[in-house]
Amino acid sequence: MTILSKRSLLALGFSLAATSAFAQGFPAKPITMIVPFAAGGPTDIIARIVGDHMSKTLGQQIVIENVAGAGGTTGITRAMSATPDGYTIAMGHLGTLSAAPALFPDLRYKPLDGIQHIGVAGGTPILIVANKNFPPKDLSEFVTYLKANATKVNEAHAGVGAVSWTTCTLLKAHLGLPDINSVPYRGTGPALNDLVGGQVDFMCDQIPSVIGQVKGGNIKAYAIASAARSPALPDVPTTTEAGLPGYQIEAWNGIVAPNGIPADVVAKLADALDKALDDAGTKKRLEDLGAVIPSKVDRSPAGFKALIKRDFDKLNPALMAAKK
Amino acid sequence: MDVFANLLGGLAVVFKLVPIDIAPGAYSFVVMLPANVLLCLIGALIGTLIGVLPGVGPIATIAMLLPITYKLDPTGALIMLAGIYYGAQYGGSTTAILVNIPGEATSVVTTLDGHQMAKQGRGGAALAIAAIGSFFAGCVATIVIAVLGVPLTALALKFGPADYFSLMVMGLIFAVALARGSVLKALAMVCLGLLLGTIGSDLESGEQRLTFGLLELADGLEFATLAMGVIGFAEIMRNLENPETRDVVQAKVTGLMPTKKDLKDASWPILRGTFIGSILGILPGNGAVLGPFASYTIEKKIAKDPSRFGRGAIEGVAGPEAANNAGAQTSFIPMLTLGIPPNAVMAIMVGAMTIHGIVPGPQIMTKQPDLFWGMIASMWVGNLMLLIINLPLIGLWVKLLKVPYRMLFPAILLFCCIGIYSVNNQPFDVLITGVFGLFGYFLLKNGFEPAPMLIAFVLGRLMEEKLRQAMLISRGSLWVFVERPLSAGFLVVAVVLLVFALLPAMQKKRDEVFTE
Repeated sequence: MTILSKRSLLALGFSLAATSAFAQGFPAKPITMIVPFAAGGPTDIIARIVGDHMSKTLGQQIVIENVAGAGGTTGITRAMSATPDGYTIAMGHLGTLSAAPALFPDLRYKPLDGIQHIGVAGGTPILIVANKNFPPKDLSEFVTYLKANATKVNEAHAGVGAVSWTTCTLLKAHLGLPDINSVPYRGTGPALNDLVGGQVDFMCDQIPSVIGQVKGGNIKAYAIASAARSPALPDVPTTTEAGLPGYQIEAWNGIVAPNGIPADVVAKLADALDKALDDAGTKKRLEDLGAVIPSKVDRSPAGFKALIKRDFDKLNPALMAAKK
Repeated sequence: MDVFANLLGGLAVVFKLVPIDIAPGAYSFVVMLPANVLLCLIGALIGTLIGVLPGVGPIATIAMLLPITYKLDPTGALIMLAGIYYGAQYGGSTTAILVNIPGEATSVVTTLDGHQMAKQGRGGAALAIAAIGSFFAGCVATIVIAVLGVPLTALALKFGPADYFSLMVMGLIFAVALARGSVLKALAMVCLGLLLGTIGSDLESGEQRLTFGLLELADGLEFATLAMGVIGFAEIMRNLENPETRDVVQAKVTGLMPTKKDLKDASWPILRGTFIGSILGILPGNGAVLGPFASYTIEKKIAKDPSRFGRGAIEGVAGPEAANNAGAQTSFIPMLTLGIPPNAVMAIMVGAMTIHGIVPGPQIMTKQPDLFWGMIASMWVGNLMLLIINLPLIGLWVKLLKVPYRMLFPAILLFCCIGIYSVNNQPFDVLITGVFGLFGYFLLKNGFEPAPMLIAFVLGRLMEEKLRQAMLISRGSLWVFVERPLSAGFLVVAVVLLVFALLPAMQKKRDEVFTE
């Protein structure tokens, strides 16, 4: 008995050593993907769509765990302090990875060098939208109107640190109107409600959050702050076409993991993400939302890191100025 | 008659037979099954179960079950998810009545008289009235959604932050009326509740307030941790302190069903509760939480003998339970007609639609009539199912009370902890609940009522948010609260209520009746 149990213990020890050093059998159990927001939001939806297909490639279920709080930094912090074995990953976004360092001075993770980037799952273009009765008819009228009525108009956002706040802060900085009255809400839903109801005048937000209201005619979209128009809303011009070429910003979601996970595990996860984004069905589901599928280079771990750096540089001055 | 035809169409969607392969593989065997009805039943059953489990809310459950729905068609998936939500409203009253544990804001009120009824051996009647009231409210609210959904949406959109704030002020006055003991103690609890509501990130600047550097507190306290601590855990401690009283409760369980007199006493409160709940449910930002509190206050104010309230008055269970379920049902209106979710549960429903490739928005009604009317019709079917599920269960629940308390309480505690953890997947929340349990025990021993603190906590957060939004939009002018007719109306009612409560004569009578 004793010999047997010793032997089996030894075998167990070996197999454990093998999994941690080479991760040969990865994945041998379900993988937890932490979504740092409540279920139902854009990040959650993208995580679930991409995770669904990644599960098929990996042969193990990717289980979504919603850990909301502090603009998403609670969930990312939790994931980044997990054992670096690839079984805990997280879906980060523009806010938690590029904007957070400006907003949270004591952030417990370093988005550029302190974490392992797996890849970009999708870009979500930003729309400038307004209540349907707001006087300006197009983007250039909108800019003129804002400059003339800077003390009268109201901008809505989903809370300090939210994508809507971050991108609109950048817009106001770009226009040289950082002091336009900004009305905070707890989440996109209530903000959108008051925008449709005409309590506030305009806001900036991601396509998946506002597309239904734009299509339904409850609000109007002035422009999309991307390089190209969105096939989901082909009538909305880009900021460049509409006369505001300097304002370009896109929200995105990407998978991150704690630093120190084995290189082959990173490769397996990145490969599963890559396959998901190449799958016609998954692609269509994402594109119907208005999301943009990143190119092969952009979606790689290195491309992801470059993206975080680029948007950090773009956002940091405006956010620091708004914070003080 | 359009609505009628549409509802019939919706019922047809619900009862539609779908070919389903019950043995997929080589020997496939396809049968015709009414898939949507079955999904509705599954949703209602799951909802009842999680409603009974304290703390495990519909949000965590729906999020967990979302992946299962990927294979279903969107109508069936949403019918099931909706069933979970309103099913949980039925189940939630069970733990509130039997073991005095409110899992959600809306069942706090039910603990007041419901648990007292259980202590008097009338737990069965309380559960039955809760189920019947919920069923009636559910049916009426379904019709409200079908007939008045669109015009009510337009009305709700007129509701600005200033109106909302004034409504909440009125709600706070209700909070004082909830208390049994001294007005001074109730006011102290209201202030404490408001203070607890300020914990977390500042809405405007994002600065941390009263968090002591704890990242876990950045979004404030969770309602479930506070309520389950100060009411639920404290109750367990009190029961452990004097086991005799507990045995008395177990010994004298009388009839399971309400008497004719009970039904008669409950009928008007159910009607009024349904009306109040239906209206408040439409408001954005979770107006539905106000429903049960408002209903309770009104029943207590118009009762011939208000002293019965808090001592097992059936009206205090019937009205709030009806208001609760009506509100839960009508909170679907903004989601269905506008595509904008008024609360966290509806946000997941909107997310589920999106995952199924439906863009939520005002066009759902015209572009997806099967989904829209199918869902509405399923609510009626689901409510009927819930009544049929819940009435026979009452016998079982009441029997559960006969389990010796030394075996029952560890199970209750365990389920509470699981439930609290499931809200945010945060172990910290469980710890906080323990701390609030001790605090609740202290309150109990010193004659402070937790209910006013809890309602102030819920309303306080909303009030601060709406006050600041209103002031930002008005550029700091307080006139906005009087200029807007809706807001002015609420404030007038609030002032009248306050004067009424503070009239010296009233005051004297109140003290005689309530202070022991």
